[in-house]
Amino acid sequence: MLNILEIIIPSAIFFAAPLIFTALGGVFSERSGVVNIGLEGLMVIGAFTGVVFNLTFADQFGQLTPWLAMLVAMVVASIFSLMHAVAAISLRADQVVSGVAINFLALGLSLFLVKMWYGKGQTDQVQVGFDKIDIPILSKIPVIGPILFSNGYLPSYLAIVLAFVVWYVIYKTPFGLRLRAVGEHPMAADTMGINVAKMRYIAVMLSGALAGIGGSIYATIISRDFSHATISGQGFMALAAMIFGKWHPLGAMGAALFFGFAQSLSIVGQAIPFLKNVPTVYLLILPYALTILALTGFIGRADAPKALGTPYVKGKR
Amino acid sequence: MKKKRFGLSMSLLLTAGMLLGGCGQAKEEPKKEEGKASEFSVAMVTDVGGIDDKSFNQSAWEGLQKFGEENGLKKGKGGYDYLQSQSDADYATNLNKLVRNDFDLIFGIGFLMTDAVTEIADQKPDNKFAIVDSVVEKPNVASITFKEHEGSFLVGVVAGLMTKTNKIGFVGGMEIPLIEKFESGFRAGVKAVNPNATVEVQYAGAFDKADKGKAIASSMYASGIDVIYHAAGATGNGVFSEAIDLKKQDPNKEIWVIGVDRDQYEEGKVPGTDKSVTLTSMVKRVDVAVYDLATKTKNGNFPGGQAVEYGLKEDGVGIAPTTKNNVPEDVLKKVDEWKQKIINGEVKVPTTRDEYKQFEASL
Repeated sequence: MLNILEIIIPSAIFFAAPLIFTALGGVFSERSGVVNIGLEGLMVIGAFTGVVFNLTFADQFGQLTPWLAMLVAMVVASIFSLMHAVAAISLRADQVVSGVAINFLALGLSLFLVKMWYGKGQTDQVQVGFDKIDIPILSKIPVIGPILFSNGYLPSYLAIVLAFVVWYVIYKTPFGLRLRAVGEHPMAADTMGINVAKMRYIAVMLSGALAGIGGSIYATIISRDFSHATISGQGFMALAAMIFGKWHPLGAMGAALFFGFAQSLSIVGQAIPFLKNVPTVYLLILPYALTILALTGFIGRADAPKALGTPYVKGKR
Repeated sequence: MKKKRFGLSMSLLLTAGMLLGGCGQAKEEPKKEEGKASEFSVAMVTDVGGIDDKSFNQSAWEGLQKFGEENGLKKGKGGYDYLQSQSDADYATNLNKLVRNDFDLIFGIGFLMTDAVTEIADQKPDNKFAIVDSVVEKPNVASITFKEHEGSFLVGVVAGLMTKTNKIGFVGGMEIPLIEKFESGFRAGVKAVNPNATVEVQYAGAFDKADKGKAIASSMYASGIDVIYHAAGATGNGVFSEAIDLKKQDPNKEIWVIGVDRDQYEEGKVPGTDKSVTLTSMVKRVDVAVYDLATKTKNGNFPGGQAVEYGLKEDGVGIAPTTKNNVPEDVLKKVDEWKQKIINGEVKVPTTRDEYKQFEASL
């Protein structure tokens, strides 16, 4: 049994990491009142930028490359998300429509550029990725050491740490209070002298930055190249994780880990004795079935931020 | 109100940008090389794996490029070309597009394109089509299939002789008859040389989900399996990525991947070393077959309505030449012995699970 956990848990964490980053981005954006369906597209941009940077600069930066690629992906995706911000906040466009446009644009643009730069539909495989590591002291702890701290990737742990940081920022700092105020009741926030548009711009760009990180680590660790199928639905899963986690950073992390767990159970399940005779198909649909069950049965009502999806017009009642 | 309208036009602009981005590639193609209609031209449509899937799509394109270069054709309309499919919905559209561009022979690459080729072949009875990895019974379609079970048998022999833990893994893409051929041949090869070895079989349910491949490989290696044979297209990239990561973490770990469809030695290279985790690869010479069929058609011998099968005998399948880098001489000799036995017909390699059971019983 322990042996099985040693397989399931690390792979759950590794599946979940890109989702955690992206879902945390979603929390920022939606807490400020801006719906961000564009997470998928922002992940695509992140994956694309990360891979292209990695391929181009691997010789110069050596082992540092994936980290720098992650940072560059973060910056590029946050700039890209500015388009959503301008459309949704300043121009008061329908936020869902503009998010969907971001998704289409991201995939079209990045594939077009890949085709133009590399002359083919996919990039080459990156040579410098993140290494698997055993965390020095923690992996020696009996029982939980091998389960939680061995054979992992540093960005996965970073994702979990970041969830706590985001929780602190949103619930314990003045910035977080303003962010939530803007998402719940922008007019009240405005009366108190908070610049609603500015807060929302910051939030949307943060969501772009985090989705960019999510996309780049997905591409660097898992697929190792960029093609049309690299990011296929992970952004939407992150969106689901965020709602599943009730717009709370730790909830979103928990939901992402749950998705990761279900995914890895569907794969490892074929090796677990009492699940062995279950046809593969049922194990493969397990993550989705579990998600529906959890959403309908256990989570209760999910309350979105009150001003979610409505542009703020100064002085309008 | 004005601002709202501006917002709408902004979103429209974004959408238009996306659409135009999609058009860019298609527009430039028809301009090239007009008026060379007398020459033979040939094109292919990839399945969702894409032109450099490091698998059969890439291999087919290499065969087509070789054919084009040897016959002095140019890439593009009137010469040789390809279209890449982004999703299952693109197959028929892409085939149609090539028909309209007057290509003399159009290949559909991959089992997934069976329905699309059947449909378009019905609609355009005067055009010549070919499908790789499947059989379409139409007078204007030539079907290319491979005896993958024979090649898989040989890599199974390698795996059976090289494993130290006597635990071997097989990762399949989708549970379809084609992949079952790989599975059955492979298991038969392992059992033939190493009756004590067990083969664990898992299907990822997709050919383009590297994350699933990686997770499956991770669980297999953790459970003591030391050789994994993948027949899963791009899902297999995940298997390689996992093996490389494990090898980087502990260079002394004895773990291997067996590549599929083409020589995947390069994919298995561990960065920073000259080692590769690729033990051997079951190569399917899609390039040989595509080249062969294009040449036949050019010479007026289009095998329409027939299914041409390429096996060990025709050099259509086999093991990669780089196998010697990681596999010792005596094992290679054994592989050659089995190869001869198969070519001579002494051994009949199973193609389905039922046939495998009979094969196992006969040992």
